[in-house]
Amino acid sequence: MTGGGPVFPGSFPSIFSDRIRSKSDRNPIDGVPIEGVPIVSDNKTTRSLSRSGNSFQDGLRQLRFTLRDPVLLVSIVSILIVVLLFIIFPLFSILKESVYYQGSLSIHHFRNFFRQAYNLDIVWNTIRLGISVSLLGTVVAFLFAYATTYLKIPSKKFFRVLSILPMISPPFVISLAAILLFGRSGLITKQLLGIRSDIYGFWGLMLTQTLSFFPVGYLMLTNLLQNIDPSIEEASQALGASQWKVFRTVTLPLMIPGLANAALLIFIQSLADFGNAIVIGGNYTTMAVQIYQQGIGAYDMAGATALAIVLLSISMLAFYLQHQVIGQKSYVTVTGKAAKERVLIRNKSATIPIYIVCMSISVLVISMYALVPYGAFVRLWGADFSLTTKWIVYVFTIGRRYIVDSTTLAIISTPIAGLLGIVSAFLIVRKKFPGRRFMESSILVAIALPGTVLGLGYVLTYNTPPLILTGGSVILIIALVIRSMPIGTRSAIAALKQIDPSIEEAANICGASSKKVFTSVTIPLIKPVFFSSMVYAFIRGMTLVSTIIFLVSARWQMLTVAIMNQVDQGLYGAANAYCLVLIGIVGIVMLTMSFILKRVGVNLKEGY
Amino acid sequence: MRTNAKSVQLNQLTKTFITSTRGEVKAVQNVDISIGPGEFVTLLGPSGCGKTTILRMIAGFEMPTSGAIMIGDQNVSTKTPDKRDIGMVFQNYALFPHLNVFNNIAYGLKLKKVPHDEINRRVHEVLKLVQMDDFAERVPAQMSGGQQQRVALVRALVMEPSVLLFDEPLSNLDAKLRVHMRDEIRKIQKKVGITTVYVTHDQSEAMAVSDSVVILKDGIIQQVGSPQEVYQHPVNEFVAKFIGKANILNATIVEIEKDRAVIDVHGVNFTVPVTVPSGKGAADGIGAAGSKPREKGSKVRIVIRPESVLVGKKDFKAPVMKSVYMGTAQDYKIEFLGNAIEISDNNPTTKRVYNEGDIMEFSLDEGSIHII
Repeated sequence: MTGGGPVFPGSFPSIFSDRIRSKSDRNPIDGVPIEGVPIVSDNKTTRSLSRSGNSFQDGLRQLRFTLRDPVLLVSIVSILIVVLLFIIFPLFSILKESVYYQGSLSIHHFRNFFRQAYNLDIVWNTIRLGISVSLLGTVVAFLFAYATTYLKIPSKKFFRVLSILPMISPPFVISLAAILLFGRSGLITKQLLGIRSDIYGFWGLMLTQTLSFFPVGYLMLTNLLQNIDPSIEEASQALGASQWKVFRTVTLPLMIPGLANAALLIFIQSLADFGNAIVIGGNYTTMAVQIYQQGIGAYDMAGATALAIVLLSISMLAFYLQHQVIGQKSYVTVTGKAAKERVLIRNKSATIPIYIVCMSISVLVISMYALVPYGAFVRLWGADFSLTTKWIVYVFTIGRRYIVDSTTLAIISTPIAGLLGIVSAFLIVRKKFPGRRFMESSILVAIALPGTVLGLGYVLTYNTPPLILTGGSVILIIALVIRSMPIGTRSAIAALKQIDPSIEEAANICGASSKKVFTSVTIPLIKPVFFSSMVYAFIRGMTLVSTIIFLVSARWQMLTVAIMNQVDQGLYGAANAYCLVLIGIVGIVMLTMSFILKRVGVNLKEGY
Repeated sequence: MRTNAKSVQLNQLTKTFITSTRGEVKAVQNVDISIGPGEFVTLLGPSGCGKTTILRMIAGFEMPTSGAIMIGDQNVSTKTPDKRDIGMVFQNYALFPHLNVFNNIAYGLKLKKVPHDEINRRVHEVLKLVQMDDFAERVPAQMSGGQQQRVALVRALVMEPSVLLFDEPLSNLDAKLRVHMRDEIRKIQKKVGITTVYVTHDQSEAMAVSDSVVILKDGIIQQVGSPQEVYQHPVNEFVAKFIGKANILNATIVEIEKDRAVIDVHGVNFTVPVTVPSGKGAADGIGAAGSKPREKGSKVRIVIRPESVLVGKKDFKAPVMKSVYMGTAQDYKIEFLGNAIEISDNNPTTKRVYNEGDIMEFSLDEGSIHII
């Protein structure tokens, strides 16, 4: 895992490490160095192709080479079309809308936006929250990562499982649970302490976002920590450093780029977060929520676009920093090569405090997740704790179509997202064609796109001719695909870079066309990544709120939107019951998938 | 196994890479190589010399910037690799990790829709060729490097390609296995009679297997010739130093005739042969034979191989600066004619061994001194 974004499926490629990587002594990051001469598929080389004088001809030659293969051509063109229509064009629509006022170019909307103190508060709210969450989240993530890789402590497996939970649950389960615990009629606040406290606002958001997003940082930092060669630290010890000194003078400095990377990653997620923010934000409004409220609630599209551009700029800046500035400073190269076993730290003055902190956080998270199923059977939270099945009955009768619609759309979008992800990654890593760089950066940038921005873009673009998609199921499927495909692409890119290109070349030279190479060699080799990105796509399809809230209609309803509406009306029982059903469906699908895959020899869980 | 050997011609092959840091990099420049059917040719050079790039252009993984590649009488320059009728053995074997040995070898035959029982027959035939009939069911991860490389070799051979390419096939093996495998590759190549292009940076490997060696530097051919030619008559200092050990000394021509010359090295005269290199053309201007004036009084450089110094004969005396026992030989460094000269004296156990500081007596085999 080198980059940002949720790391979830990205950690799967390591499954294959023993079988492939060990045979490769080529640099997996830069492609194939041919005796020091960078080949054309090297990122840097290709970037410069468009600059130098000779390059146009070279481009044409490449194009002609590519055209010889119709399957290749069709897949390149269709992915470029998808990227253009559903990533680039909606963003362009937002930009266009934001700079037009009464038919001419104008900064009117931006001036209007920045003139209102309320809007500036929102921007400040968002940034303040983002920074706080990213700092706190990184600290927690590092504690967990350090504890599980460096310390001799029990219950490591429990910590690892815990780190996956927030990634496969709807984004606002933690918020919902926080309300049940600390809300106006919360278990702890009202029942235990008897105070009328209010979790809604900054502190509530900080708590829930930290708990929701630290696992992403945890996976990334764990990966990095595991790849620090223990002999570096042993060398430091041999030179007379105590364990604490080793940590302070070697481990921590080595991790600084990684920590900054994790912080930016969490920052981007906090900026984009819609689910927690709308449920628990209260009067503390963030930009992601305001875009929705201004665009859909107040129907001030122009104002919403100005806001969206501001939010987009901040996320893109963070994304840029993460990838360009920090990405290149990393001391720890993730080679995936298993370094020798690390001698775990037994020093009790380190293990005990860290264990206690990690355990308390874990217990908090687990109890939050336990609260939701429990809440589904409680008659009226805070007032009447008697058990009832009325909410479950409710969601299976009145709420049934939400469940059916959501599941149907998720099932349809899953294979599309999985296939697009893997094909685009294959093209990006292995093929040379004009537009390759554009394809790669657009898809990777889409990971950092706030969901509400994309939703707004879709409404603006596909509400009017020539292509009207809103109101139907197609645009919902597209939204689900676009929200999950980029992550599949990125993990497949990472996996492909671990596979020596000569394996595919060998197939090619044995007489296989590029389509045949793909189906008979590439796909079998990155099967685990392929299936894990499908699982991820399904989960994402079931749990996405931000983008689709702009796109749901009377004809198509989504489970997550239903949950949000219930929370909005204070019907926590129904919301809990929906959440329970959702987690149930996701759980069943994951279990079935890993069961089936295990029978065909793919182990999904090994990546952790 | 049928033989289907074809010739390979590279005509003015050039490959330019455009990099963001160094601008245009000429990886391969105007390379002309002509390989006859069944010939074993090695591309030899240090890393970065362009040898792998040439091989990958023959395979079709890289497009030449200009020039043509002919296989037989067909121009294949713009064909994709699967249409070139080529076999290739990769440095890291590149076996399909998800297929067993049998299916690895059968992979290409299945694509060609060869009938099932013929596939069976041919796969077992080639497995026998490398004595690995019992390994058909193994997957690559269960085999040693040498075994994997044998499978990779026969996977290429089973297709009966018109040309076989090797990309540093032995560099991932340990030293002993490397020697064993190179003999095996040569033996099989001779038996099958297939045209072969072999890339390596190891000169002894190149000498051991090739009919003809192409020595490259910075994308330019330095010399083409048989192993004997390039060793005995290197066209320039680079070739002399790259192929084996070489002492390079300055000299002045005192007298020159058609086939011999008298040269002055630091005040001592030697009579040495004058040879016109018979290798197939060296690159223009880069130390090619005949490019330097060879007449009375002209300054030249000479090559003295370590084994041309005959230790024990009494023509010259020189102090020993270093003496190292190597088992099959005693290696010395002596100070002679104003230069440090490296010497290799074979079979030291039967001779007097000089130590550091001793004065060594020796003579020079003038016939093996070579003017470059």
